[in-house]
Amino acid sequence: MERYVKISKKDFYKWVDSLKKHGKVYAPKRKENTHVFRPIKDSSELDLNYISTILPPKKYYFPQKESLLKFSIKPFETAKAIQKFEEFVLFGVHTCDLAGIQCMDVVFREDPLDPNYINRKDRMTTVGIECLKPCDKHASCVSMGNHVPRGGYDIMLTEIKGSYIIHLNSQKGEDILQGHSYIKKCTQADRNLLDSLRKNKERVFKEEFIGQLTEVYTVFSKLSESGVWDDVGKRCVGCGNCTTVCPTCYCFDVKDELDLNLNDGLRYRWWNSCQMDDFARVAGGEDFRPGRVSRQRHRYYRKFKYPIDKFNRYFCTGCGRCSRTCMAKINLTETVNDLIKEHRNVSIGI
Amino acid sequence: MFQSEFKKIIPYSPYRTLPAEIIAVKPYTSLEKLFRLRLKGNAEFDYVPGQFMEISIFGSGEAPISLCSSPTDKGYFEITVRNVGSLTGALHNLKKGDLIGVRGPFGKGFPIDDFFGNDILIIAGGLGIVPLRGLIRYIMHQRKDFGEVQILLGCKSPEDMLFNDEVEQWGRHIDILFQCTVDKADPDWKGNIGLITNLIPGVTLNPMRTYAVVVGPPVMYKFVIKELLKKGIPDRQIILSLERRMKCGLGKCGHCQINGIYVCQEGPVFKYRDLRTLGEAL
Ligand SMILES: Cc1cc2nc3c(=O)[nH]c(=O)nc-3n(C[C@H](O)[C@H](O)[C@H](O)COP(=O)(O)OP(=O)(O)OC[C@H]3O[C@@H](n4cnc5c(N)ncnc54)[C@H](O)[C@@H]3O)c2cc1C
Ligand code: SF4
Ligand code: SF4
Ligand code: FES
Repeated sequence: MERYVKISKKDFYKWVDSLKKHGKVYAPKRKENTHVFRPIKDSSELDLNYISTILPPKKYYFPQKESLLKFSIKPFETAKAIQKFEEFVLFGVHTCDLAGIQCMDVVFREDPLDPNYINRKDRMTTVGIECLKPCDKHASCVSMGNHVPRGGYDIMLTEIKGSYIIHLNSQKGEDILQGHSYIKKCTQADRNLLDSLRKNKERVFKEEFIGQLTEVYTVFSKLSESGVWDDVGKRCVGCGNCTTVCPTCYCFDVKDELDLNLNDGLRYRWWNSCQMDDFARVAGGEDFRPGRVSRQRHRYYRKFKYPIDKFNRYFCTGCGRCSRTCMAKINLTETVNDLIKEHRNVSIGI
Repeated sequence: MFQSEFKKIIPYSPYRTLPAEIIAVKPYTSLEKLFRLRLKGNAEFDYVPGQFMEISIFGSGEAPISLCSSPTDKGYFEITVRNVGSLTGALHNLKKGDLIGVRGPFGKGFPIDDFFGNDILIIAGGLGIVPLRGLIRYIMHQRKDFGEVQILLGCKSPEDMLFNDEVEQWGRHIDILFQCTVDKADPDWKGNIGLITNLIPGVTLNPMRTYAVVVGPPVMYKFVIKELLKKGIPDRQIILSLERRMKCGLGKCGHCQINGIYVCQEGPVFKYRDLRTLGEAL
């Protein structure tokens, strides 16, 4: 198959309905005045005109509660917790969330690699959708470079003039397109349309940060003691919503759950948050990251400093979820810009 | 790092535990017990003192616990556990013959290769003696590979002392200089009284060829390091082991992080030199 194909909007929903045979389909669906990723049975449930969902699709490849180990106390035995991981299609993923998946990939593929994650991820087919207008004032995807496709998908859909242009990026992508006569070759004219759409996007999508990422990194390297952290920490109420909704937050806790017979059970992991006050506390009573100032700083450093040192990758996708959800109206773009301003002022001696 | 040896025995999941049998239990204080363990089927695994295991009791959970034996102790490995909560409490109720789950060894242990041929000053405060006991046993078994060896041991009171049977032996060894101090003494106590930091100025050492190995409660480090630097020991030769909350041991769950460093992978043993720039370390 060609690297670029297209499908008319008229045939599009037919094709979406055909995806069932490749596994369960999870896609954005309207829920009151927001959107959520949910399993869909019929293409009529799909709504691709959405700003970032409340939770990112991470719940499908990094479930909130994941079984790790099956055990029995007497006789003392352990076994695989999950016998079979299911194939599934993650449909209609924004480019920022694709970046989130790529972040998770580097974490869970790093030695010692995480079999649960890898097993789920290997059975996932990812269909991306390109954003044509910015979501809202909370997003910072342009500064993070994630408003355009940068890989991480099996196929990418871009809506142009009553059709979707499809970019194929893998064999899996080819598999879900094959055998449909209504999926057509792209002409040179279509490719030109795509190019000019991308050019137009440059005018509509404006950088949210007042500096480039290299400057952001320098600022984070220097300003760990900034008053900006005091301000953010003072406002934060420690609810942990910002980490729950973040596509690149993956901290977890490990717990055992016994069956009613009190002999057999499961060990599982579930999402945890570095914003919880017992997150770094040990048995002796010491809390190694006390106070909301240091915990908020830690959250930001896990986006803009530590992963760059470790993986050469920013762990903020710019999706804006943390700012959208925060009860204290802590806004990531504002925080980053305040830091940049402070750093520039210090550099010129104000 | 999760060792390849264990990978061989745990074929598909780093969360899978292996059964280990408790072959002896030795209570030392009202809160601390030593457990001698053996992997089911007598499988041996290699480790370095300072590394730790994740210890499981199904239903009660899992906890990181230091190996306190030496790899030169053949046929078994040992842990010493303070009863502070659900897992450690459940472990204290177990007896000889019971099975527990283990996985590991995790983390980086003491840099023994660097120690060879050098003088060693071991400073243990409180529970810090637990991982250091493994190192001390290793040194005693391979004594000729090391230069001068000195041990400074501090605990709250004589009743709190761990490994008192072995401590007595260390005190008698002619090739090991041993000093002990307690915060609070009883009338029978013949050793020093006061904080462990007070012992350091009186120690005779050659700073350029001395490795100081320090393990103790977090409050101890700042003061001890200050004294060691005063002695002229370079920061790269001051070795510390840091406790942090841990869940996975695999560099994933995030609990153990010091700035960008995962203690379960890159620690718990560090050179002071590498910690100086980490604001969250000490
Ligand atoms: C590298 C390392 C080596 C250790 N070696 C030893 C040792 O040799 N002997 C020993 O007795 N203890 C050791 N500990 C401490 C031991 O892991 C904790 O005491 C244990 O996890 C408490 O578990 P629990 O289920 O009994 O307590 P819980 O009932 O879970 O909790 C009791 C308290 O322990 C704290 N806690 C819970 N989980 C952890 C955790 N994973 N790490 C630290 N604190 C935690 C909680 O904040 C709580 O306040 C070590 C810790 C680390 C990180
Ligand atoms: S969502 Fe806002 S208030 Fe809640 S922990 Fe995050 S920053 Fe703090
Ligand atoms: S930090 Fe905020 S904006 Fe960045 S990826 Fe996480 S939720 Fe999205
Ligand atoms: S213990 Fe989980 S990351 Fe270190």
